[in-house]
Amino acid sequence: MADQAVEKHFYDVVVVGAGGAGLRAAIEAHEQGARTAIVCKSLLGKAHTVMAEGGIAASMGNVYAEDNWRVHFRDTMRGGKMLNHWRMAQLHAQEAPDRVRELEDWGALFDRTAAGLISQRDFGGHRFARLAHVGDRTGLELIRTLQQRVVQLGIDVFMECTVTKLLTTDDAMVGAFGYRRESGEFIVWQAPSVILATGGIGKAFKVTSNSWEYSGDGHALALRAGATLVNMEFVQFHPTGMVWPLSVKGLLITESVRGEGGVLKNSEGKRFMFDYIPEFFKAETADNEEEADRWYDDHTNNRRPPELLPRDEVARAINSEVKAGRGSPHGGVFLDIASRRTPEDIKKRLPSMYHQFKELAEVDITKEPMEVGPTCHYVMGGVEVDPDTAAAKIRGLYAAGEVAGGMHGSNRLGGNSLSDLLVFGRRAGASAALYAAEKKATPPEVTDDALAQARQEALAPLERQGGENPYAIHAELQNTMNDLVGIIRTAGELQQALDKVAALKARIANLSVEGKRRYNPGWHLALDLPNMLTVSECVAKAALERQESRGGHTRDDFPKPTPEWGALNLICSSSDGAVSLTRQPLPQMPDELATLFQETT
Amino acid sequence: MTYQAKLRVWRGDAEGGGLRDYTVEVNEGEVVLDIIHRLQATQAGDLAVRWNCKAGKCGSCSAEINGRPRLLCLTRMGDFSEDEVVTITPMRTFPVIRDLVTDVSYNYEKAASIPGFTPVARDADGEHRMQQVDVERSQEFRKCIECFLCQDVCHVVRDHEDNKKVYAGPRFLMRIAELDMHPLDNLDRRKVAQENFGLGMCNITKCCSEVCPEGIHITDNALIPLKERVVDRKYDPLTWLGAKIGRRPHP
Repeated sequence: MADQAVEKHFYDVVVVGAGGAGLRAAIEAHEQGARTAIVCKSLLGKAHTVMAEGGIAASMGNVYAEDNWRVHFRDTMRGGKMLNHWRMAQLHAQEAPDRVRELEDWGALFDRTAAGLISQRDFGGHRFARLAHVGDRTGLELIRTLQQRVVQLGIDVFMECTVTKLLTTDDAMVGAFGYRRESGEFIVWQAPSVILATGGIGKAFKVTSNSWEYSGDGHALALRAGATLVNMEFVQFHPTGMVWPLSVKGLLITESVRGEGGVLKNSEGKRFMFDYIPEFFKAETADNEEEADRWYDDHTNNRRPPELLPRDEVARAINSEVKAGRGSPHGGVFLDIASRRTPEDIKKRLPSMYHQFKELAEVDITKEPMEVGPTCHYVMGGVEVDPDTAAAKIRGLYAAGEVAGGMHGSNRLGGNSLSDLLVFGRRAGASAALYAAEKKATPPEVTDDALAQARQEALAPLERQGGENPYAIHAELQNTMNDLVGIIRTAGELQQALDKVAALKARIANLSVEGKRRYNPGWHLALDLPNMLTVSECVAKAALERQESRGGHTRDDFPKPTPEWGALNLICSSSDGAVSLTRQPLPQMPDELATLFQETT
Repeated sequence: MTYQAKLRVWRGDAEGGGLRDYTVEVNEGEVVLDIIHRLQATQAGDLAVRWNCKAGKCGSCSAEINGRPRLLCLTRMGDFSEDEVVTITPMRTFPVIRDLVTDVSYNYEKAASIPGFTPVARDADGEHRMQQVDVERSQEFRKCIECFLCQDVCHVVRDHEDNKKVYAGPRFLMRIAELDMHPLDNLDRRKVAQENFGLGMCNITKCCSEVCPEGIHITDNALIPLKERVVDRKYDPLTWLGAKIGRRPHP
């Protein structure tokens, strides 16, 4: 029967996701000789990477010659409150400069220094100006460069396809199953290696800077296939999202605004960040406005302004100011660049921010301050991988980029995401190609039963009548996560969230959607929802378990970090749909790296 | 602040369809995409629309609003009066898939047919050196978010389906200009621009520049300079002589 047909493809490596990590992985796998396919939910070039604004962190030393990978490694570990996998942070810091340079061989055009080299800008938590950038649209430059490289190499891209299931045999990958969004037809990619590069989970939250694609697909697919997740309690709330108008609440305002001199003020006009400098960062943070302002021109003799503390610190401070009644009219605080830089400078260095406020909020940021507040931005947690190979706990499964965990510990520094995509995208591509070559003699087999089952699961919401509306359940989930698993957490609220998620899980067994299979967003959402619920459960469970505050996880009932928790990771695994947690000791950093943390700034 | 807006949305697929009327709630500061989402969530769960970032950065939600090519996420409802009927239709130049979603594969095929970036070697120390002033010309074109509104509005293809075979449209002629002006690119692209991608068919009416949500000066900064360079090549006496005596002209 024609309707039962499943379109079949055979590859060595299948990459799920076409953001920076997926594209970089595919380029590497292809160059290693693997027959490679990219599968993505949107059109090519639309992935969430385009939203990245500030830059790519890499210690190239083009602006500050004293910068090197050790300083970058140290900043990254301290920003993550030492919970990062040290080996990932090391590889990342060591390899980022080469990954940036090769983008130029593929056509990228970064802003330049006077000497004609790639210019680098300041960002929170980075000791030196380190972010290679293109105005405030660096992510677009990255995605376009990689996209054009992929096209030039002739790599196959399956656009607007969603993967609903990873297929395994004897605990090894044999492929991925999904559907074409356009037609609703089913499709299977048989391959020994599958790379997850699906990004984050932000669409489980109401106020978020993330797009609809961020439904935790890769996290959930990996978990269901038998892999593990690490650090899921750590969700980054970016300190500066738009708060008004409501239509754009959560939309990102780049950290570059602060990197370029912007300061945060409360309703009394006070630069409040000086009141929120934690002990951990006292030695390297200016404690007065004069020193902070001198720093922009002279990093060597002055300490960094507190506005450029890591994101978790700034987000918490804004939250406290608003709670204390010193917020802006729409429940944020003020971010002021207008009084600090000339209109020409602002338009030149922050063109898309100027544009964004003008178009969406009717605010001229060269004349008035912006109103800003925290927004769900990034998940530090993800698939537990081997640092060198990006391999997950299932043979043939790899993960890179935001969907992978460990690299950023409990909090990610700005700029480290784009470099993460490039470094670990390339590593995942290389390992996946190597593994596929080893498996050449025994091509993966997918049984008809497995296909029929995957097909049946995907069709269920269309065949059911009078069940739950996916849009309504999605809205309930977003409110739950926002209100109960947000920036400040307590045991009571986390337990409530878990109860609520359990109730929603029961209800999604009864989803039904109107219409047919051709480009039907209701059906698409119905298939994304189980993923969002699975990752929400992981986040809430791990957040309840970790009885301390660290990085992107703040417990009102346990406000301090503890050394015991600082030595532990929480690992999520799943069997029969139930998520369970185990405690796992942190990997031990070798002595030669550990000594980097004994010196003072 | 809140009011009920009258919306007219094209519903249908390749086999046919038509405008359908809806009444949807609108709140202060909302954009057309918010209203489309509310329509999906409350009245038309299967209404097809492409979107991603909802911030004017990804170029997914292109459509025509009251006949004008625009991004749904950057068009504020406040631009219309409360009693005005807002009509939303799919981009006309591309075949419709369903509702507001069109088949934009024409654009991806043109992108793939352009000879790729071909760089000069790095300096001896492994760096590429370029001056800011030299990268800025191509940087302007790399602001393009590939919303394809310029392709949609360009009458060379909008009104003449056959031209799609021989004409790349403003977005991809601009891509050729971008590579041509790229300080590191090593290919002469003037001949292919004219002969393979139909540069000569553009008659600089500037419709593309007018609809560009990024405000890129497509006509003035990309297409006209590229046309001038093509003319230079064609009428350069050395090139002419080289062609006459059967030698490969020096670029």
